[in-house]
Amino acid sequence: MSKEKEKCALCFKKEDYHGVWVFAEQHNGTISEVVYELLGVGRRLADQLKEKLGAVLIGFNIKKQAQRLIQYGADDVYVVDIEDAARFLEEDYAEVIVKLVEEYKPAVFLFGATALGKSLAPRVASRLQTGLTADCTSLEVDPEEKVLIQTKPAFGSDVMVSIVCRNKRPQMATVRPGVMKKVEMCAARRGNIIENNHIPPLKLRSQVLNFSRKQTEVQLEQAEVVVAVGRGLGKVENLKLIKELAGALGAAIGATRAVVDAGWISYQHQIGQTGKTVAPKIYIACGISGAIQHLVGMQSSEVIIAINKDPEAPIFDYATYGIVGDLMEVVPLLIKRIKTIKNLS
Amino acid sequence: MDFSLSEEQELLRRMVRSFAEKEVAPGAKDRDEKGEFPLEVIRKMGELGLLALPFPEEYGGMGDTISYAIAVEEIARVCASTAITYAAHVSLGTAPLYMFGTKEQKEKWLSKCLDGTMLAAYGLTEPDAGSDAGATRTIARLEDGEWIISGCKCLITNASYAGIVVITALTDKEKGSHGISSFIVPSDAPGFKLGSKYNKLGLRGSDTAEIFFDDCRIPQEYILGARGDGFKQFLQVLDGGRISIAALSVGIAQACLEASLKYSKERFQFGKPISKFQAIQFKLADMATKIELSRLMVYKAAWLKDQGLPYTREAAMAKLFASETATWAALEAIQIYGGFGYIKDYPVERYLRDAKLMEIGEGTSEIQRIVIARKLLGEVWV
Amino acid sequence: MRIIVCIKQVPATNEVKIDPKTGTLIREGIESIINPFDLFALEEGLRLKEAHGGCVFVLSMGPLQARISLKEAMAMGADTAVLLSDRAFAGSDTLATSYTLAAGIKKLGGADIILCGKQSTDGETGQVGPGIAAQLDIPHITCVTKIIKVDHAKKRIVVEREVEEGYEEILTTLPVLLTVEKEINRPRFLTVKGIMRAKKTGVVVWTASDLEIDPSRIGLSGSPTEIVKVFSLPRQKRGIIFSGTPEEQVETLVSKLKEAGYLF
Repeated sequence: MSKEKEKCALCFKKEDYHGVWVFAEQHNGTISEVVYELLGVGRRLADQLKEKLGAVLIGFNIKKQAQRLIQYGADDVYVVDIEDAARFLEEDYAEVIVKLVEEYKPAVFLFGATALGKSLAPRVASRLQTGLTADCTSLEVDPEEKVLIQTKPAFGSDVMVSIVCRNKRPQMATVRPGVMKKVEMCAARRGNIIENNHIPPLKLRSQVLNFSRKQTEVQLEQAEVVVAVGRGLGKVENLKLIKELAGALGAAIGATRAVVDAGWISYQHQIGQTGKTVAPKIYIACGISGAIQHLVGMQSSEVIIAINKDPEAPIFDYATYGIVGDLMEVVPLLIKRIKTIKNLS
Repeated sequence: MDFSLSEEQELLRRMVRSFAEKEVAPGAKDRDEKGEFPLEVIRKMGELGLLALPFPEEYGGMGDTISYAIAVEEIARVCASTAITYAAHVSLGTAPLYMFGTKEQKEKWLSKCLDGTMLAAYGLTEPDAGSDAGATRTIARLEDGEWIISGCKCLITNASYAGIVVITALTDKEKGSHGISSFIVPSDAPGFKLGSKYNKLGLRGSDTAEIFFDDCRIPQEYILGARGDGFKQFLQVLDGGRISIAALSVGIAQACLEASLKYSKERFQFGKPISKFQAIQFKLADMATKIELSRLMVYKAAWLKDQGLPYTREAAMAKLFASETATWAALEAIQIYGGFGYIKDYPVERYLRDAKLMEIGEGTSEIQRIVIARKLLGEVWV
Repeated sequence: MRIIVCIKQVPATNEVKIDPKTGTLIREGIESIINPFDLFALEEGLRLKEAHGGCVFVLSMGPLQARISLKEAMAMGADTAVLLSDRAFAGSDTLATSYTLAAGIKKLGGADIILCGKQSTDGETGQVGPGIAAQLDIPHITCVTKIIKVDHAKKRIVVEREVEEGYEEILTTLPVLLTVEKEINRPRFLTVKGIMRAKKTGVVVWTASDLEIDPSRIGLSGSPTEIVKVFSLPRQKRGIIFSGTPEEQVETLVSKLKEAGYLF
């Protein structure tokens, strides 16, 4: 350990750390959706703590976005707007963020569980030697201890775990896109914009040479109707039926992890803890038992329809409507019925 | 006493399970339905070193019959047709070369058999010599430094794809069982003729055919071991082979159990999965118990073999019990599946058709009982 | 080229139950395997070695039982396997794990390329890889789907990684830490020869005292996160479960959806 860090560790006092921060991820000047969700939950946490909500905005020519972050709930926006930031990757972001944290000492720091956030947050946490909880589904403040209670599904089981980071600051967490609610935009909101363009020299060891856009036929997150399948499908051949149902409804196809792991459908379709989070108008769960890991990815759907032969399956606890029966029997009936209706209308 | 597998055996099990599930299982249904021979799978197994398993490390193996039994079981768990092809190649075709071959013979054929570039078969059964293997009619006579073989072998596994076939033939008729010798016959030897393939009940992806020797000529040095040792040799070969058939049976039975477990949890009747009914639970419990006992007996026989201890009795017991368990387990699995068990969309009817051969090949259950009884009663077999 | 692959031993199933009373995992009767994601990292390491020469080290932290997973990695083709195993490491969260593995990497003499799986199937955080890179002060790239070019002499590497919208081609410097996606390759099988080589070579085990580490930064004391509660979500039926024949149920569903103004 270097002398400098040692000194820092000795002088660390968690009482010096205040406020809630969110990382305002942006790409080419556009703030990522998840940031508004982070501001939503961050606003609530800051109010409970009676402290301020800060947003960290790093990029090039992005200063004008700061006001937007304030309109969505931030009190303070820490802006680093420099030319180099246009080519930043995780390592560079981390260096800048570590410096900001050391200077302003936030108590809580939230990142979106995006490709960048999931890569950047652990690098920052490791540099700051603080705790980080991945993929939280709920964040609360303990009223007495004032610590952040970070809750997430425990792996592979139908229970939740709550995690705290008692003795280190900031308390860091990543939050999956689509899980938290954003607050209403308020154009009249006022806040402070704090510019920090004097950053230490960066190594800038990495750079993006090229970018190729994915061709995605699966637009799960945007779909109004999602037909999702679980292990109850039985075998890959039965997927044809699901595709037919999705076709009839103009729906996107989702799947549980078990189905993806079995190789029946690509990872692009996975919904849940380690896949996508969706909130369509109608979610039809076919042969899905309803493990927590899946539920966290779809439980905010408006109407959840469950088709499962096990009346005890947990999915029925979450379903708006439930059909107890073999999907191989029910789905064809449903397809037929929908096709009749569509032809009539 | 230690019932746990060594780390190497455990790794081997993981290796073969992963290989079986990724490379063997996907084609199992087609192999059964279309009679596709798993030649490519055997080649891949050769590349991974699986064909050398029971042989010592200098041959690329682990020198470990338990590991070999594990491999056969794991392959059989997903495809018995592939497993019988594998077991026949290793235990029957290749093992005699290793056990009785000269240095030259090993150099010429053994390495190819071990790396999978050549398939081997074993020719013992004849139209009139099945369980009574001593009644061999195929004759080999020595003329001008060549063996001239005439006769016929039937029900020979891997025959159509084999590069060599190890066969037994009478060399000295007057000496009775001591007049039988073994030969290595390349399938391109003049006078070597393949008969037609059999249309079988099960194991339909495996190859079983007749071979005719029409004054088939092979060089004098292709005799395997000493002249007149053939009978003694094949008893040894069959002892080893029985371990592999027992392991194969365990694999099929295990597949029956796993299919039954899966199905009984998915199949709902009267509002609950049928696994909640005791009638089904008892079947599952009995299956698991008999499979575990079979497996233990396979391991014991294999262990004895590797210790250089007598294992004829144990190999026969393992084969007898495991094979009868496999057929029974397949019947129980079909019963658990009910009507669906009887149709080809589900794998359990295949398990039954595949399992039945285990009670027949490499000594019928009746022969196994005779072997066991003779050992009990102290009768001398040869 | 020196390649270090970090692997983790995890339960073979992703349906491990948690004892609701103690909050601990019920591991009884559950087989342990190499984290499936790490197999892709190992395969990529072996391919790099085949293309550029050098050696592949596998490194893990865990109880002594994890030795078999390291042997398995050797049976796939890794040259040397090191297990960091000490009671003092027990209870490590991702921060302490990153720190300890980084210390192991330093003791191994570092590497040109460090490979990790994208995440583990048990923790599912994906935090350890970036954490290690931060400790070693080297760049890291997550979710790598392809290694496009390695220039060992110039200490440069070009990789492709997956992000939400597409694929980025990234140039960075060696040494680097990469976490890889499943799409990157198809892991090879173990070989019999490999198993026998692993038997002979064995696994090197290092304890805390073999590493240059700060005892306050390992294990439980070096782990800032703490599980305070394990609980089940209360089960409560929220909607309507239909009854009747499948036809009747489908009919009821359709009429309910119509009533509520959805679709149709």
